[in-house]
Amino acid sequence: MLTVRIVPCLDVRDGRVVKGVKFQGLRDAGDPVERAAAYEAGGGDELVILDVSATPEGRGNAVETTRAVRRALGIPLTVGGGVRAASDAGRLLDAGADKVGVNTAAVQDPTLLTAIATRYGAQCTVLALDAARRLDGAGWEVVVRSGKERTGMDAIRWAVEAASRGAGEILLTSWDRDGTRAGYDLELIAAVRAAVSVPIIASGGAAHAEHMVDAVRAGADALLAASIFHDGETTPLSLKRALGRAGIPVRT
Amino acid sequence: MKIHVVRTGVANLASVLAALERAGAEPVLASDADEIGAADRLVLPGVGAFGAAMGELRRLGIVEALQQRIRAARPTLTVCLGLQLLAASSEESPGEAGLGVVDAAVTRFQGEVRVPQMGWNDVQPEPGARWVRPGFAWFANTFKLDRIPAGWTGAMADHGGSFVAAIERGEVLACQFHPELSGAWGAELLRRWVGGRC
Repeated sequence: MLTVRIVPCLDVRDGRVVKGVKFQGLRDAGDPVERAAAYEAGGGDELVILDVSATPEGRGNAVETTRAVRRALGIPLTVGGGVRAASDAGRLLDAGADKVGVNTAAVQDPTLLTAIATRYGAQCTVLALDAARRLDGAGWEVVVRSGKERTGMDAIRWAVEAASRGAGEILLTSWDRDGTRAGYDLELIAAVRAAVSVPIIASGGAAHAEHMVDAVRAGADALLAASIFHDGETTPLSLKRALGRAGIPVRT
Repeated sequence: MKIHVVRTGVANLASVLAALERAGAEPVLASDADEIGAADRLVLPGVGAFGAAMGELRRLGIVEALQQRIRAARPTLTVCLGLQLLAASSEESPGEAGLGVVDAAVTRFQGEVRVPQMGWNDVQPEPGARWVRPGFAWFANTFKLDRIPAGWTGAMADHGGSFVAAIERGEVLACQFHPELSGAWGAELLRRWVGGRC
Protein backbone atom coordinates (compact mmCIF):
# COMPACT_ATOMS: atom_id res chain seq x y z
CA MET A 1 0.00 0.00 0.00
CA LEU A 2 1.23 3.45 -0.91
CA THR A 3 2.41 5.36 2.16
CA VAL A 4 2.04 9.01 3.11
CA ARG A 5 5.27 10.94 2.53
CA ILE A 6 7.08 13.43 4.74
CA VAL A 7 8.96 15.90 2.57
CA PRO A 8 11.62 18.17 4.06
CA CYS A 9 12.05 21.32 2.00
CA LEU A 10 15.18 23.36 1.55
CA ASP A 11 14.62 26.93 0.43
CA VAL A 12 17.93 27.78 -1.17
CA ARG A 13 19.35 31.18 -1.99
CA ASP A 14 22.85 31.65 -3.40
CA GLY A 15 23.71 28.06 -2.50
CA ARG A 16 22.66 28.31 1.17
CA VAL A 17 19.53 27.06 2.91
CA VAL A 18 17.36 29.95 4.11
CA LYS A 19 14.00 30.25 5.82
CA GLY A 20 11.56 33.11 6.11
CA VAL A 21 7.95 33.82 6.99
CA LYS A 22 5.51 34.27 4.09
CA PHE A 23 8.54 33.99 1.81
CA GLN A 24 10.19 37.11 3.33
CA GLY A 25 12.84 37.89 5.98
CA LEU A 26 15.14 35.04 4.96
CA ARG A 27 17.74 33.81 7.45
CA ASP A 28 20.58 31.32 6.96
CA ALA A 29 19.82 27.70 7.87
CA GLY A 30 22.88 25.81 6.64
CA ASP A 31 24.52 23.91 3.79
CA PRO A 32 22.11 22.13 1.42
CA VAL A 33 24.20 18.96 0.98
CA GLU A 34 24.63 18.45 4.72
CA ARG A 35 20.95 19.16 5.29
CA ALA A 36 19.87 16.80 2.52
CA ALA A 37 21.96 13.92 3.85
CA ALA A 38 20.72 14.51 7.39
CA TYR A 39 17.09 14.52 6.26
CA GLU A 40 17.47 11.28 4.31
CA ALA A 41 19.12 9.66 7.34
CA GLY A 42 16.33 11.08 9.51
CA GLY A 43 13.61 9.32 7.54
CA GLY A 44 12.68 11.93 4.93
CA ASP A 45 10.75 10.28 2.10
CA GLU A 46 11.85 12.75 -0.56
CA LEU A 47 13.40 16.18 -0.68
CA VAL A 48 12.30 19.44 -2.26
CA ILE A 49 14.71 22.26 -3.08
CA LEU A 50 13.18 25.61 -3.97
CA ASP A 51 15.54 28.24 -5.29
CA VAL A 52 13.81 31.21 -3.72
CA SER A 53 16.13 33.73 -5.30
CA ALA A 54 15.52 32.58 -8.86
CA THR A 55 12.32 34.27 -9.99
CA PRO A 56 12.18 37.63 -8.18
CA GLU A 57 15.65 38.59 -9.31
CA GLY A 58 15.33 36.96 -12.71
CA ARG A 59 18.27 34.61 -12.19
CA GLY A 60 18.93 31.08 -13.36
CA ASN A 61 17.99 27.96 -11.47
CA ALA A 62 19.79 25.89 -8.91
CA VAL A 63 21.82 23.58 -11.14
CA GLU A 64 24.96 23.55 -8.99
CA THR A 65 23.07 22.92 -5.77
CA THR A 66 21.12 20.13 -7.47
CA ARG A 67 24.31 18.46 -8.70
CA ALA A 68 25.97 18.61 -5.29
CA VAL A 69 22.90 17.31 -3.43
CA ARG A 70 22.34 14.49 -5.95
CA ARG A 71 25.79 13.02 -5.32
CA ALA A 72 24.86 12.47 -1.68
CA LEU A 73 21.11 11.85 -1.85
CA GLY A 74 19.51 8.41 -2.35
CA ILE A 75 15.85 9.53 -2.27
CA PRO A 76 13.86 11.54 -4.82
CA LEU A 77 14.67 15.17 -5.37
CA THR A 78 12.28 17.83 -6.67
CA VAL A 79 13.78 21.16 -7.66
CA GLY A 80 11.85 24.33 -8.36
CA GLY A 81 12.49 28.02 -8.77
CA GLY A 82 13.20 29.89 -11.96
CA VAL A 83 12.01 27.19 -14.37
CA ARG A 84 10.78 29.17 -17.37
CA ALA A 85 11.18 26.71 -20.24
CA ALA A 86 11.33 22.97 -20.85
CA SER A 87 15.08 23.43 -21.37
CA ASP A 88 15.41 24.71 -17.77
CA ALA A 89 13.64 21.55 -16.61
CA GLY A 90 16.03 19.49 -18.72
CA ARG A 91 19.05 21.15 -17.12
CA LEU A 92 17.76 20.39 -13.63
CA LEU A 93 16.99 16.76 -14.54
CA ASP A 94 20.48 16.42 -16.06
CA ALA A 95 21.94 17.79 -12.84
CA GLY A 96 20.11 15.16 -10.77
CA ALA A 97 16.56 16.30 -10.10
CA ASP A 98 13.87 13.62 -10.45
CA LYS A 99 10.98 16.08 -10.58
CA VAL A 100 10.82 19.73 -11.49
CA GLY A 101 8.53 22.29 -9.88
CA VAL A 102 7.07 25.06 -12.01
CA ASN A 103 5.28 28.05 -10.56
CA THR A 104 5.33 31.59 -12.00
CA ALA A 105 6.23 30.63 -15.57
CA ALA A 106 3.36 28.11 -15.76
CA VAL A 107 0.90 30.78 -14.68
CA GLN A 108 2.22 33.04 -17.44
CA ASP A 109 2.23 30.22 -20.00
CA PRO A 110 0.31 27.06 -19.04
CA THR A 111 1.59 25.23 -22.15
CA LEU A 112 4.94 25.00 -20.33
CA LEU A 113 3.47 22.19 -18.20
CA THR A 114 2.50 20.28 -21.33
CA ALA A 115 5.93 20.84 -22.86
CA ILE A 116 7.71 19.43 -19.80
CA ALA A 117 5.27 16.53 -19.34
CA THR A 118 5.45 15.52 -22.99
CA ARG A 119 9.22 15.52 -23.00
CA TYR A 120 9.98 14.09 -19.55
CA GLY A 121 6.70 12.60 -18.31
CA ALA A 122 3.90 13.79 -16.03
CA GLN A 123 5.54 12.04 -13.06
CA CYS A 124 8.35 14.60 -13.08
CA THR A 125 6.15 17.64 -13.76
CA VAL A 126 5.15 19.27 -10.48
CA LEU A 127 2.93 22.34 -10.34
CA ALA A 128 4.08 24.53 -7.46
CA LEU A 129 0.87 26.33 -6.60
CA ASP A 130 1.12 29.18 -4.10
CA ALA A 131 -2.40 30.06 -2.98
CA ALA A 132 -3.53 32.97 -0.81
CA ARG A 133 -7.00 33.46 0.63
CA ARG A 134 -8.72 36.23 -1.24
CA LEU A 135 -8.89 39.49 0.67
CA ASP A 136 -12.72 39.20 0.72
CA GLY A 137 -12.40 35.62 2.06
CA ALA A 138 -14.11 34.00 -0.97
CA GLY A 139 -11.76 31.21 -2.00
CA TRP A 140 -8.09 31.41 -2.89
CA GLU A 141 -6.13 33.15 -5.59
CA VAL A 142 -2.81 32.22 -7.13
CA VAL A 143 0.19 34.29 -6.03
CA VAL A 144 3.43 34.37 -8.03
CA ARG A 145 6.96 35.80 -7.87
CA SER A 146 7.55 34.24 -4.44
CA GLY A 147 4.33 35.76 -3.16
CA LYS A 148 5.00 39.30 -4.31
CA GLU A 149 2.15 39.37 -6.82
CA ARG A 150 -1.51 38.37 -6.46
CA THR A 151 -2.86 37.25 -9.82
CA GLY A 152 -6.61 37.16 -9.19
CA MET A 153 -6.67 33.65 -10.74
CA ASP A 154 -8.78 31.11 -8.87
CA ALA A 155 -6.38 28.60 -7.27
CA ILE A 156 -8.74 25.61 -7.53
CA ARG A 157 -9.49 26.18 -11.20
CA TRP A 158 -5.77 26.59 -11.86
CA ALA A 159 -5.06 23.25 -10.15
CA VAL A 160 -7.59 21.54 -12.44
CA GLU A 161 -6.21 23.17 -15.55
CA ALA A 162 -2.61 22.37 -14.61
CA ALA A 163 -3.44 18.68 -14.03
CA SER A 164 -5.22 18.51 -17.39
CA ARG A 165 -2.17 20.09 -19.05
CA GLY A 166 0.21 17.48 -17.68
CA ALA A 167 1.16 18.28 -14.09
CA GLY A 168 1.54 14.91 -12.35
CA GLU A 169 1.60 16.35 -8.84
CA ILE A 170 0.68 19.56 -7.05
CA LEU A 171 2.90 21.13 -4.43
CA LEU A 172 0.23 23.19 -2.73
CA THR A 173 1.53 25.99 -0.55
CA SER A 174 -0.69 28.18 1.56
CA TRP A 175 0.87 31.61 1.37
CA ASP A 176 -1.11 32.65 4.44
CA ARG A 177 0.33 29.82 6.55
CA ASP A 178 3.90 29.64 5.20
CA GLY A 179 6.35 29.77 8.10
CA THR A 180 3.61 30.59 10.63
CA ARG A 181 3.38 27.15 12.33
CA ALA A 182 -0.40 27.65 12.51
CA GLY A 183 -1.10 24.36 10.68
CA TYR A 184 -1.81 23.63 7.04
CA ASP A 185 -4.78 25.37 5.37
CA LEU A 186 -7.08 22.32 5.55
CA GLU A 187 -9.91 23.92 3.58
CA LEU A 188 -7.52 24.67 0.74
CA ILE A 189 -6.25 21.08 0.70
CA ALA A 190 -9.78 19.68 0.73
CA ALA A 191 -10.89 22.01 -2.07
CA VAL A 192 -7.98 21.00 -4.32
CA ARG A 193 -8.39 17.33 -3.39
CA ALA A 194 -12.04 17.43 -4.48
CA ALA A 195 -11.03 18.93 -7.82
CA VAL A 196 -8.01 16.85 -8.99
CA SER A 197 -6.88 13.20 -8.86
CA VAL A 198 -3.12 13.80 -8.94
CA PRO A 199 -1.12 13.61 -5.68
CA ILE A 200 -1.03 16.69 -3.46
CA ILE A 201 1.96 17.73 -1.36
CA ALA A 202 0.61 20.00 1.38
CA SER A 203 2.86 22.90 2.33
CA GLY A 204 2.81 25.89 4.61
CA GLY A 205 2.23 26.03 8.35
CA ALA A 206 3.28 22.66 9.76
CA ALA A 207 4.44 22.70 13.38
CA HIS A 208 3.77 19.15 14.60
CA ALA A 209 2.37 15.71 13.76
CA GLU A 210 -1.23 16.66 14.53
CA HIS A 211 -1.15 19.24 11.77
CA MET A 212 0.07 16.51 9.43
CA VAL A 213 -2.60 14.02 10.46
CA ASP A 214 -5.23 16.71 9.82
CA ALA A 215 -3.77 17.44 6.37
CA VAL A 216 -3.84 13.76 5.40
CA ARG A 217 -7.47 13.55 6.49
CA ALA A 218 -8.18 16.64 4.38
CA GLY A 219 -6.72 14.85 1.36
CA ALA A 220 -2.94 15.39 1.28
CA ASP A 221 -0.72 12.57 0.00
CA ALA A 222 2.51 14.12 1.20
CA LEU A 223 3.45 16.66 3.84
CA LEU A 224 6.10 19.26 3.30
CA ALA A 225 7.80 21.09 6.12
CA ALA A 226 10.94 23.15 6.48
CA SER A 227 11.53 25.14 9.64
CA ILE A 228 10.60 22.36 12.10
CA PHE A 229 13.39 20.26 10.59
CA HIS A 230 15.93 23.06 10.18
CA ASP A 231 15.62 23.99 13.82
CA GLY A 232 16.15 20.37 14.87
CA GLU A 233 12.86 20.22 16.75
CA THR A 234 11.86 16.95 15.18
CA THR A 235 12.75 14.44 12.46
CA PRO A 236 10.68 12.98 9.63
CA LEU A 237 10.92 9.58 11.32
CA SER A 238 9.50 10.74 14.64
CA LEU A 239 6.66 12.50 12.80
CA LYS A 240 5.97 9.33 10.80
CA ARG A 241 5.82 7.27 13.97
CA ALA A 242 3.15 9.66 15.24
CA LEU A 243 1.28 9.41 11.93
CA GLY A 244 1.51 5.63 12.15
CA ARG A 245 -0.03 5.71 15.63
CA ALA A 246 -2.91 7.71 14.11
CA GLY A 247 -3.50 4.87 11.64
CA ILE A 248 -1.86 6.52 8.62
CA PRO A 249 0.35 4.24 6.48
CA VAL A 250 3.98 5.43 6.54
CA ARG A 251 7.43 4.06 5.70
CA THR A 252 9.29 3.55 8.97
CA MET B 1 33.14 -2.67 -11.74
CA LYS B 2 32.29 -0.99 -15.03
CA ILE B 3 28.53 -0.74 -15.68
CA HIS B 4 27.15 0.45 -18.99
CA VAL B 5 24.08 2.68 -18.78
CA VAL B 6 21.91 3.18 -21.85
CA ARG B 7 21.67 6.85 -22.74
CA THR B 8 18.05 7.15 -23.83
CA GLY B 9 17.73 10.92 -23.56
CA VAL B 10 14.50 10.84 -21.58
CA ALA B 11 15.61 9.40 -18.25
CA ASN B 12 16.58 10.72 -14.83
CA LEU B 13 20.06 9.64 -15.80
CA ALA B 14 21.94 11.70 -13.21
CA SER B 15 20.14 9.98 -10.32
CA VAL B 16 20.91 6.56 -11.76
CA LEU B 17 24.59 7.39 -12.30
CA ALA B 18 24.98 8.86 -8.81
CA ALA B 19 23.37 5.80 -7.20
CA LEU B 20 25.57 3.39 -9.20
CA GLU B 21 28.65 5.31 -8.08
CA ARG B 22 27.53 5.10 -4.47
CA ALA B 23 27.05 1.34 -5.04
CA GLY B 24 30.72 1.05 -5.98
CA ALA B 25 30.27 0.91 -9.77
CA GLU B 26 31.96 2.91 -12.48
CA PRO B 27 29.04 3.87 -14.77
CA VAL B 28 29.77 4.46 -18.46
CA LEU B 29 27.17 5.75 -20.91
CA ALA B 30 26.38 3.60 -23.92
CA SER B 31 24.12 4.20 -26.90
CA ASP B 32 25.63 1.90 -29.51
CA ALA B 33 24.48 -1.67 -30.32
CA ASP B 34 27.99 -3.18 -30.10
CA GLU B 35 28.65 -1.67 -26.67
CA ILE B 36 25.24 -2.77 -25.44
CA GLY B 37 25.74 -6.28 -26.78
CA ALA B 38 29.22 -6.56 -25.27
CA ALA B 39 28.60 -4.90 -21.88
CA ASP B 40 29.19 -7.17 -18.87
CA ARG B 41 26.46 -5.42 -16.92
CA LEU B 42 23.92 -3.06 -18.45
CA VAL B 43 21.37 -0.66 -16.96
CA LEU B 44 18.37 0.60 -18.93
CA PRO B 45 16.95 3.55 -17.00
CA GLY B 46 13.45 4.64 -17.75
CA VAL B 47 11.50 7.83 -17.39
CA GLY B 48 9.14 9.04 -20.08
CA ALA B 49 6.47 7.60 -22.33
CA PHE B 50 6.42 4.04 -23.74
CA GLY B 51 6.09 5.00 -27.41
CA ALA B 52 8.72 7.76 -27.24
CA ALA B 53 11.19 5.48 -25.46
CA MET B 54 10.75 2.65 -27.99
CA GLY B 55 11.18 5.20 -30.76
CA GLU B 56 14.47 6.25 -29.19
CA LEU B 57 15.69 2.63 -28.84
CA ARG B 58 14.86 2.08 -32.54
CA ARG B 59 16.56 5.34 -33.53
CA LEU B 60 19.69 4.20 -31.70
CA GLY B 61 19.43 0.80 -33.41
CA ILE B 62 19.69 -1.10 -30.11
CA VAL B 63 16.39 -2.99 -29.99
CA GLU B 64 17.88 -6.33 -31.06
CA ALA B 65 20.94 -6.02 -28.83
CA LEU B 66 18.64 -5.47 -25.83
CA GLN B 67 16.31 -8.32 -26.80
CA GLN B 68 19.22 -10.73 -27.20
CA ARG B 69 20.85 -10.01 -23.86
CA ILE B 70 17.55 -10.17 -21.97
CA ARG B 71 16.53 -13.43 -23.67
CA ALA B 72 19.94 -14.84 -22.74
CA ALA B 73 19.41 -13.67 -19.12
CA ARG B 74 22.66 -11.70 -19.22
CA PRO B 75 23.19 -9.12 -16.43
CA THR B 76 20.72 -6.36 -17.24
CA LEU B 77 18.91 -4.02 -14.86
CA THR B 78 15.92 -2.11 -16.20
CA VAL B 79 14.11 0.57 -14.21
CA CYS B 80 10.51 1.83 -14.16
CA LEU B 81 9.53 2.35 -17.81
CA GLY B 82 12.50 0.03 -18.49
CA LEU B 83 10.43 -2.83 -17.03
CA GLN B 84 7.39 -1.92 -19.10
CA LEU B 85 9.46 -1.84 -22.30
CA LEU B 86 10.08 -5.60 -21.92
CA ALA B 87 6.37 -6.17 -22.64
CA ALA B 88 4.75 -6.57 -26.04
CA SER B 89 2.53 -3.49 -25.79
CA SER B 90 1.24 -0.75 -23.47
CA GLU B 91 -2.05 1.05 -22.99
CA GLU B 92 0.09 4.20 -22.81
CA SER B 93 0.98 4.02 -26.51
CA PRO B 94 -1.55 1.85 -28.37
CA GLY B 95 -0.17 0.29 -31.55
CA GLU B 96 3.49 0.66 -30.44
CA ALA B 97 5.44 -2.60 -30.11
CA GLY B 98 7.61 -3.03 -27.02
CA LEU B 99 10.72 -5.21 -26.82
CA GLY B 100 8.35 -8.17 -26.47
CA VAL B 101 10.76 -10.29 -24.43
CA VAL B 102 8.06 -11.05 -21.87
CA ASP B 103 4.56 -12.15 -22.76
CA ALA B 104 2.64 -9.32 -21.15
CA ALA B 105 0.75 -6.11 -21.86
CA VAL B 106 1.16 -2.95 -19.78
CA THR B 107 -2.03 -1.47 -18.31
CA ARG B 108 -3.03 1.73 -16.52
CA PHE B 109 -3.88 1.89 -12.81
CA GLN B 110 -7.65 1.75 -12.37
CA GLY B 111 -10.13 2.76 -9.71
CA GLU B 112 -10.01 5.26 -6.88
CA VAL B 113 -6.24 5.30 -6.44
CA ARG B 114 -4.03 8.32 -6.99
CA VAL B 115 -2.47 8.42 -10.45
CA PRO B 116 0.44 8.71 -10.98
CA GLN B 117 1.37 6.43 -8.10
CA MET B 118 3.97 8.61 -6.42
CA GLY B 119 5.74 7.45 -3.30
CA TRP B 120 6.93 4.53 -1.20
CA ASN B 121 5.11 1.23 -1.49
CA ASP B 122 5.59 -2.08 0.26
CA VAL B 123 7.32 -4.66 -1.98
CA GLN B 124 6.63 -8.35 -1.38
CA PRO B 125 8.88 -10.83 -3.21
CA GLU B 126 7.58 -14.23 -4.30
CA PRO B 127 9.23 -17.33 -2.88
CA GLY B 128 12.24 -17.96 -5.11
CA ALA B 129 13.02 -14.31 -5.87
CA ARG B 130 16.79 -13.89 -5.74
CA TRP B 131 17.41 -10.17 -5.99
CA VAL B 132 14.42 -8.38 -4.49
CA ARG B 133 13.86 -8.54 -0.74
CA PRO B 134 10.89 -7.25 1.26
CA GLY B 135 10.89 -3.52 1.94
CA PHE B 136 9.70 -0.11 0.88
CA ALA B 137 10.61 1.10 -2.61
CA TRP B 138 10.01 4.39 -4.43
CA PHE B 139 7.51 4.29 -7.29
CA ALA B 140 6.51 6.99 -9.80
CA ASN B 141 4.27 5.38 -12.41
CA THR B 142 0.90 5.52 -14.10
CA PHE B 143 1.18 2.17 -15.92
CA LYS B 144 2.17 -1.31 -14.67
CA LEU B 145 2.25 -5.03 -15.35
CA ASP B 146 -0.54 -7.02 -13.71
CA ARG B 147 1.10 -10.43 -13.38
CA ILE B 148 4.57 -11.91 -13.27
CA PRO B 149 5.07 -13.50 -16.71
CA ALA B 150 5.66 -17.23 -17.16
CA GLY B 151 9.32 -18.14 -16.78
CA TRP B 152 10.10 -15.24 -14.44
CA THR B 153 9.95 -14.76 -10.68
CA GLY B 154 9.42 -11.41 -9.04
CA ALA B 155 7.78 -9.23 -6.45
CA MET B 156 4.36 -7.63 -6.11
CA ALA B 157 2.99 -4.48 -4.48
CA ASP B 158 -0.51 -3.06 -4.09
CA HIS B 159 -2.06 0.13 -5.43
CA GLY B 160 -5.81 -0.38 -5.81
CA GLY B 161 -5.01 -4.04 -6.55
CA SER B 162 -1.79 -5.97 -6.86
CA PHE B 163 0.71 -5.05 -9.55
CA VAL B 164 4.21 -6.15 -10.50
CA ALA B 165 6.95 -4.41 -8.52
CA ALA B 166 9.81 -6.33 -10.16
CA ILE B 167 10.57 -9.37 -12.30
CA GLU B 168 13.81 -11.32 -12.48
CA ARG B 169 15.36 -14.15 -14.44
CA GLY B 170 19.01 -15.06 -14.08
CA GLU B 171 20.85 -11.77 -13.77
CA VAL B 172 18.10 -9.82 -15.49
CA LEU B 173 16.31 -7.65 -12.94
CA ALA B 174 13.50 -5.38 -14.11
CA CYS B 175 12.13 -3.03 -11.45
CA GLN B 176 8.95 -0.98 -11.66
CA PHE B 177 10.29 0.94 -8.65
CA HIS B 178 13.36 3.15 -8.75
CA PRO B 179 16.17 1.41 -6.84
CA GLU B 180 18.29 4.54 -7.33
CA LEU B 181 15.74 6.54 -5.30
CA SER B 182 14.80 3.89 -2.75
CA GLY B 183 17.11 5.01 0.05
CA ALA B 184 19.17 2.45 1.96
CA TRP B 185 16.99 -0.45 0.75
CA GLY B 186 17.54 0.47 -2.88
CA ALA B 187 21.24 1.11 -2.35
CA GLU B 188 21.65 -2.36 -0.86
CA LEU B 189 19.83 -3.94 -3.84
CA LEU B 190 22.05 -2.01 -6.28
CA ARG B 191 25.23 -3.03 -4.42
CA ARG B 192 24.26 -6.70 -4.67
CA TRP B 193 23.30 -6.49 -8.35
CA VAL B 194 26.41 -4.45 -9.26
CA GLY B 195 28.57 -7.05 -7.52
CA GLY B 196 26.66 -9.94 -9.10
CA ARG B 197 25.84 -11.29 -5.64
CA CYS B 198 22.16 -12.03 -5.12
